[in-house]
Parts: sequence; C-alpha cells; structure tokens
Amino acid sequence: MKLIKEDILTLLEEVKDPEIPVLSLVDLGVITGVEISDDDHVTVNMTPTFAGCPAMDYMKKDVERTLEKHGISNYTVNMTFDKPWDSNKLSEKGRQHLKEFGLAPPPKYDLILDLDILEHVKCPYCDSDNTDMRTPFGPTLCRSMHYCNNCKQMFEQFKPL
Amino acid sequence: MNEQAIKDLLYKLADDQLILGHRNSEWTGFGPILEEDIAFSSMAQDKIGHSLAFYTLLQELGEAEPDTVAFTRNANQFHNSQLVELPNGEYDFSLIRHFLYDNAEIIRFEMLSQSSYEPIAKVATKLKGEVKYHVLHANTWIKNLGSSIEEAILRLQTSLNEAMPYALAMFEKSKYEQELIDTSVYAGEEAVKAEWLKRITAVIEKTDLKLPDLAIIEPKFGGRYGEHTEHLQPLLDEMAEVFKIDPTAEW
Repeated sequence: MKLIKEDILTLLEEVKDPEIPVLSLVDLGVITGVEISDDDHVTVNMTPTFAGCPAMDYMKKDVERTLEKHGISNYTVNMTFDKPWDSNKLSEKGRQHLKEFGLAPPPKYDLILDLDILEHVKCPYCDSDNTDMRTPFGPTLCRSMHYCNNCKQMFEQFKPL
Repeated sequence: MNEQAIKDLLYKLADDQLILGHRNSEWTGFGPILEEDIAFSSMAQDKIGHSLAFYTLLQELGEAEPDTVAFTRNANQFHNSQLVELPNGEYDFSLIRHFLYDNAEIIRFEMLSQSSYEPIAKVATKLKGEVKYHVLHANTWIKNLGSSIEEAILRLQTSLNEAMPYALAMFEKSKYEQELIDTSVYAGEEAVKAEWLKRITAVIEKTDLKLPDLAIIEPKFGGRYGEHTEHLQPLLDEMAEVFKIDPTAEW
C-alpha cells in the first residue's frame, strides 16, 4: 500500500520532545514538511526551536528510529532553517498539553517581541494573570521563569519566539 | 558572488559568537545571583549554537567541519573582535560588554536577514528572534543598575570607558567590505555602527551613565585580521582541552 503524508505525520506523533515529554514534535511545530516520492522515499524536514537546543540532534535521531520501527528504511531526515520555527507554530493541542504539564504556553503574538508580552503571563496552575517575570532565561533555552502572586508559586513559561 | 568575501563574513560572525559564548559559560556557577548565573549560561548555549549555524554554512562552502574549525585553529586564525576575548572581569564589565556586543549583533542579524546570499538570510532570520532575549536582558540591567546606587553607576561607567575602544573595533571593515555592500550581501560595518550608536545612546540616556567622547577614542582594531590580545590563546587552549585528548572520539 502506498504511503501518504498523513501516515507519516501520525507516526511522528509518537516522537516527543525529550525535555517536555507530553509534547509531540508535530504539535511542537518543528516538522516543517513531509514528502513521499513515487518510489516511496520519505523525506522529513525539521527545524530547530532554538539554534542552540541540545535536544535537536536527539529529536532527529528519534524521528529516524521511529521511521525504522515502522518498517520505513528508505528515508532522509533534514534539519534546515528554510521555514524557521516560531512559537506561533505550536498547535492548540500542544498548548493544552503544555499547560497540563505545568508550563505556561506562549501567547500567540505578532512576532514583535517586547517586555509587555513577557510580563503578566497567565499562571498554568490557577489561571491568574497577577504574575511577574523573574527572568527571561530558565532551565532550558525555551523557558522563562515567573512568579504567581495569587497562588504564590514559581512557574515556567515556554517562551514566545 | 565572491566566495572568499562570504567566508570572511561568516568567520567573523561565527568566531565572535563562539568566543563570547565561551566567556559567558565561565559565569556558570559564579553568577552574582542565581538568575544571572542561569542567564549567562543560557546565553552561552545560544551563542555557541549560533556559531554552529554559521560554521555549518562555512562547511557547505568547503571549509572543515565545525568541530575542527572551532577547536583546532590558533589565535591568529580567529576573526573575532578583541572585545569578546577579554576576560570576564567583574560582573559590571561582563554586563557592559554584553550590552555593547548584543546591541550590535541584533542589528547585524536584522540587516543580514535581508541578505542577497540566501543561506545567511535564513540563518539570520532565525537567530535575530533569539538574540532579542539577550538584548532585552542587557538593556533591562543597564537601565536598572545604571540609575541605582553610586557604586553601581561608578562601576558601570568605568567598565563602559574601558570597553568602548574594543567595542568600536567590532566595526573594523573587512577587505571585502565594498564588494559585500555592492552585491547586497551585507549592509556593511558603517551602517551597523550608525544604528548601534542610536540604540545604545537611547538606553544610556535613561541612566546616570555617560557615553564617552567617541571622537577621541582610538579603536582597538586587528581582531578581524587575526591580531589578538594575550587573552585569546589561553581561552582556546582551555576550550579545546577535552577535544584534543582524542580528536576522533564520537560524542
């Protein structure tokens, strides 16, 4: 049976971000293209979230392992900047999973980053926006740290980029 | 398109980021407060990632692979500005350098995102979003500390005066300058410097700091042509120490 793009995307749902294991690479928005040639060669294009993210190489290998596991041996996985990632590419399902994981999802924005959108991020625990940013840098490159004045807890946000 | 001109541009971009990335990493475990320790460590990781993106473009143009280029050259083969190789000093100096450097880097990336050389334009488009966080961090601290207590203002002012001759030399022109401008690969150092002055002045005016008189400063040129301070070679030796134990190891 001929493979179609949707089959590959379904398989890739299994591949999770190793630093945020509730989030699939498809929902993260780093799979930028899947092509299948007439002779069933599968090409998967990926792009990094942050250029210095040490998990990207691991994710690429995980995509290759997943394809192999499902009997696909004729493939190429490319990491490119052709369609650069930004945080608006996170899917709605991905945002919901982040919140359940305790990470505030990034706001959808016009891609013009200023301090205002980093302040008063909605707390993922109590939904209050009475919060302050403590630092734009966190335990991984993609997270910032915040404090909720309502439920008195530190929380992290997946940074808008 | 002159490939040598493009390579020269890529080397200076990549080397600046690798060396400053290494200096930033030296704050890991030594930051004045935990948040700053994490901030400098995160920026280190970003900058080394950014240098990798540019070394990868160099590899596509026939240069050696990124690890080889990063770890096996000597100081006189590096194209970074001397500003980034200076020791961290105290926190005030690192902060001032970070402020002066990152405000220039974001302008380079903004301009390069319009480059006629598409591979550079794509990488710059991606990286300018990440560097915004670095600029935001630097500007916030300069504004806060630069208008706080006397000791903070004095320390920052002293570091600003010391760093400025090196900062001005970030804009040392390449021997391919006019060619890069004529072919719309790069807007050129003069254009970056003019915009940089505007932006750093706007921040400094919100503080009790004073921009030194730039007309009487002699920039510390040479870095783009392989002339460095005595601080670069020891940095490179330390950075490559583990790599050189076994260059063929798989990591």
